Amino acid sequence: MSRRYLLKKVIGALLTLSGVVVFNFFLFRIIDRDPLAKYRGRSKLTLEQRETMIRRMGLEGSKWDQFVVYVKSVFRLDFGRSFDSTQPVLGEITARLPATLFLVGVSTLLTICIGLYIGTKAGWRRGSRFDRTSTSAAMVLYSTPEFFFGMLLLAFVAGRTGWFPTGGLRSVGANYGFVGNLLDRIHHLVLPVLTLTLGYLGSYALIMRTSMIETLGEDYLVTARAKGLRDSEVMSRHAVPNALLPSVSLIAISCGFVIGGAITTETVFSYPGLGLATANAIRNNDLPMLQALFLFASAAVILFNLVADFVYALLDPRVRRAE
Amino acid sequence: MRESGSTTVRAMTWARRRRAFSRVWRELRHDRPGFIGLLLLSGFGLFALSAPLIADRSSLLAASGRNNPDLAAPSSKFLLGTDEIGRDVLAQLVWGSRVSLFIGLLATVVAVVIGSLVGLAAGYAKGKISAVLLAIDDFFLVVPFLPLAIVLAVILGRSPTTLAIVIGFTSWAGSARLIRAQVLTLSERAYVERARALGAGSWHVIVRHVLPGVAPLIIANATLIVPTAILTESTLSFLGFGDRLSPSWGKLLDGAQSSGSITINAWWYFLPPGLCIIGIVLAFTLLGRALERIFDPRLKGR
Repeated sequence: MSRRYLLKKVIGALLTLSGVVVFNFFLFRIIDRDPLAKYRGRSKLTLEQRETMIRRMGLEGSKWDQFVVYVKSVFRLDFGRSFDSTQPVLGEITARLPATLFLVGVSTLLTICIGLYIGTKAGWRRGSRFDRTSTSAAMVLYSTPEFFFGMLLLAFVAGRTGWFPTGGLRSVGANYGFVGNLLDRIHHLVLPVLTLTLGYLGSYALIMRTSMIETLGEDYLVTARAKGLRDSEVMSRHAVPNALLPSVSLIAISCGFVIGGAITTETVFSYPGLGLATANAIRNNDLPMLQALFLFASAAVILFNLVADFVYALLDPRVRRAE
Repeated sequence: MRESGSTTVRAMTWARRRRAFSRVWRELRHDRPGFIGLLLLSGFGLFALSAPLIADRSSLLAASGRNNPDLAAPSSKFLLGTDEIGRDVLAQLVWGSRVSLFIGLLATVVAVVIGSLVGLAAGYAKGKISAVLLAIDDFFLVVPFLPLAIVLAVILGRSPTTLAIVIGFTSWAGSARLIRAQVLTLSERAYVERARALGAGSWHVIVRHVLPGVAPLIIANATLIVPTAILTESTLSFLGFGDRLSPSWGKLLDGAQSSGSITINAWWYFLPPGLCIIGIVLAFTLLGRALERIFDPRLKGR
């Protein structure tokens, strides 16, 4: 892989990340003139406590001084204390990170595999019954807010059958040994993962179908057929690799949506990850928490886009071999 | 002389526009998904307009449910039952259609205006201005828009109008990109060069030649922004933004969720608003994709 390409992408990602850091300051310190006003117990604060809060939040001095203090604290990964729990924000986030990573990771993997498979098949057999059924279904899935899937699953699957727990990360107060606890956690994950997967399956399938159809008209497919390759070989060796390219970038862009999906899905299932933390921070006006969560979400998306650029380079020989 | 000349030119322009419009209408009628979308959309439009006929606005007030049973199943009095404080769900659903549509459309106007201005400027201007606009556009494409919308809404306020502006402000980047590409190809066309050679200024070229060329793209794109704006609105409302006393469909789902209607399976409370969101998003998406196909012949057959 060309080193220049990689370097360019990494520098681009770092620039965007620093843009987010500056933007974050702008949002929480300039658009919001008095961040402390949203502190819940502010009426009870003595003058002394108020001054401590101002110092702790880095709200002293000119905007430029505040900016310097802010940037330094970002580098130290110090995001202050949560208005709500009064604990350091970083600890609150790292404690919840694994649960969310697991939920989003598993469902993204599932969505990509199933969505790309359906999209490939539908695009390859355009106009067939499979195409018409799957495309209509994908349109409906795409039009449904993912948390509504969660509510439906809760009401009609968990509620009616009792096969699945209605929320949480694991059964409270129970200990089934190592394997049992693991199974218990998986049991709790089934419905949230299903919700997120259903929520984004539609758009991934539609994206892949469109790029399959775009490659169908290409000359190299005619050549491949003329060589006498079987239909399945034309598809898997020539059509799919080329159709994957535009899908990779589009899927990377759409991962911003998945973060939104995680927030509502975790809310529906009271799944104690970063999404639920975001929802709670919204209801409690917990600015320090929201500020850090926004930074983390942006960093995650930027990282995911960078990974997508690498995958793109691996898949596309033109980028891979270019110097 | 001049007077009559300008009216004939205007008449010609209008005749051309009428022809273009009837061509679009003809093609839309034969595009099955697009036509279904249009019908569905008209249905929702009528539903929103008929709100005062179906229920009085006062039944949204918290006090209106005081004498009604809470979370009561559908009956002849309440066709869709009641919510957790005894308010008529149907009344909230029909008035909510106005809130959801208002936020979706206002957000789209904001997004389309910003996206068109940035796209036109970035495509028409060369050099530094274009580079700066592109960098801003890139930034807004990458930054996850829901977290961004959340922090903006927390800082700026939680009212429906603020929500609409925030949603619009976070979802223009894609259309700016599309419009810029179209402007770039249009500026190379012979008729634009001819206008420039005849001494037309930038403003004239943009307004008279480039804008009419990108207008179809802008319209199709706008029709596709509405459904994402409505979905974003329902997500934000579900997370606690918006107004409980004038609830959008998303806000109704928030109420259904937090009142525990799911646990007791009060389907009349959470099913209708969810299905309405699916319906309206589907309608706009089908129509938008059909318009894209009609305006861009390369997309035929998708």
